[in-house]
Amino acid sequence: MAKITFITSDEETITLEGASGSVMALAVDNGVPGIDGDCGGVCSCATCHVHVAPEDMEKTGSASEIETDMLELDDNADEYSRLCCQIDITDAIDGVVLKVAK
Amino acid sequence: MNKSEFPDPFENERESKGYGEMDDQNDPVTMLLRHKDVRKTAHNYKTFQSGAVPGRIVVPSEVSIRETRQIPFEVDPPVHGIYRGLVEPWFKRPLQPEYQEKLAEQITNIVEEVLQEDSVEVVTDFALKLQSRALTLLLNTPFSESETWISWGTHVFRSEGEALDGDKANILYDYIDAEIERASKNPTGDMYSILLDSEFEGRKLTKEEVKGVMVLTFAGGRDTVINAVTNAIAYLAEHPESLERLRKEPEITGKTVEEMIRYFSPLTQMGRVVTEDTFVCEHAAKADTRVSLCWASANRDAKVFENPNEIVMDRRINPHVGFGFSHHNCLGATHARQIMKILLQTLAEKVGSFKIFDCKENIEDLHHFKRKVGFHSINMKFNPLTK
Repeated sequence: MAKITFITSDEETITLEGASGSVMALAVDNGVPGIDGDCGGVCSCATCHVHVAPEDMEKTGSASEIETDMLELDDNADEYSRLCCQIDITDAIDGVVLKVAK
Repeated sequence: MNKSEFPDPFENERESKGYGEMDDQNDPVTMLLRHKDVRKTAHNYKTFQSGAVPGRIVVPSEVSIRETRQIPFEVDPPVHGIYRGLVEPWFKRPLQPEYQEKLAEQITNIVEEVLQEDSVEVVTDFALKLQSRALTLLLNTPFSESETWISWGTHVFRSEGEALDGDKANILYDYIDAEIERASKNPTGDMYSILLDSEFEGRKLTKEEVKGVMVLTFAGGRDTVINAVTNAIAYLAEHPESLERLRKEPEITGKTVEEMIRYFSPLTQMGRVVTEDTFVCEHAAKADTRVSLCWASANRDAKVFENPNEIVMDRRINPHVGFGFSHHNCLGATHARQIMKILLQTLAEKVGSFKIFDCKENIEDLHHFKRKVGFHSINMKFNPLTK
């Protein structure tokens, strides 16, 4: 099990627990505002953009090339940006804090 | 085994120079063919605008048959964002469980209907009906309206040839005008009434603006949905193993929908008007000329997609641009994705196999590119799943 904390654009803090699947799916299933996951997790829509807390980057890893290409055109993107459909839930990411971009 | 194959006519040009050229009613178009260029250009709304003369960014151009500006489609940021924000919650309704239940009921009914038939012409007797009925949910209008839309046939803007048909377009515009008048006198909970009651910068939307949104909704989701539905069925007919896989692994259905949208790319391209002299792919693009974002070509770019000419049902990373890209990405995508997902689920649940009798391909003539987008007709038999 991994505990994942989302901070929405309204500064609301939502902590969820998950065991498998993607972080995007966990957020969508629990109605986290600002995570739409329109494409279901195949990296084509960029509606699951989060900023990983800098100290948690080691746990999540940085964005893949395809993600970087998607995010390159987003004015709001920075070095901590990830598309959370590409972050798998495992014990390794327990405790991460993600700031929802939208 | 090749009726459901959709060749990529752009490969040579995409790889050798990155663009293609087509003439269109004396307003030529430079077609951008590479994934990266298509996305960058779609994002750069200042140099490549949508808010040109109404109809000009559409290829073939609709300038001579339409004056109404489609909204938010033919508006650039920042005003685009205000309109988009107004309509977006309405277009996200397909995510609601009750919407999906109604859609599933419609699709189940139509599948059960065709299972009784010895031969079904899928474009007219399945896809057009399904699309029209589903549109009553998106518009929140009475189901009976779908009969009128079905009676218009598959070509709302075109007669049987490729030429634009102003008279046919007028049928749609007159219909929408009448519906807006009706809703303004007797508001209901339908889309016309909701839009008429919407606030834009401190005032209500005008009837012309409401018409602009409605024309977009009717036009953008007709041929595209009909082709996606028909092509998906043709593919499953020729790939029984894929139908079987959807039965055994229903969890991949969402990925399969995305992959089909990539592979079929129901909308070939969308234009932009260049606002300043610039270059695309080292090719000069002059102010007041047109470029197009060729989604269909970008979606077969081997630099991005492994085995681009195959349907890989569970393709995990699939940054396709079948619903466009950036500010103007498809407003109806949520509705379209639900239609496709529920369609695949229902077919997997009820259909054992299909048989294709004959078909007539729909080939788009893009000057020296000829692209298969779907079928004019395809006659099939749907066989029930026996458990």
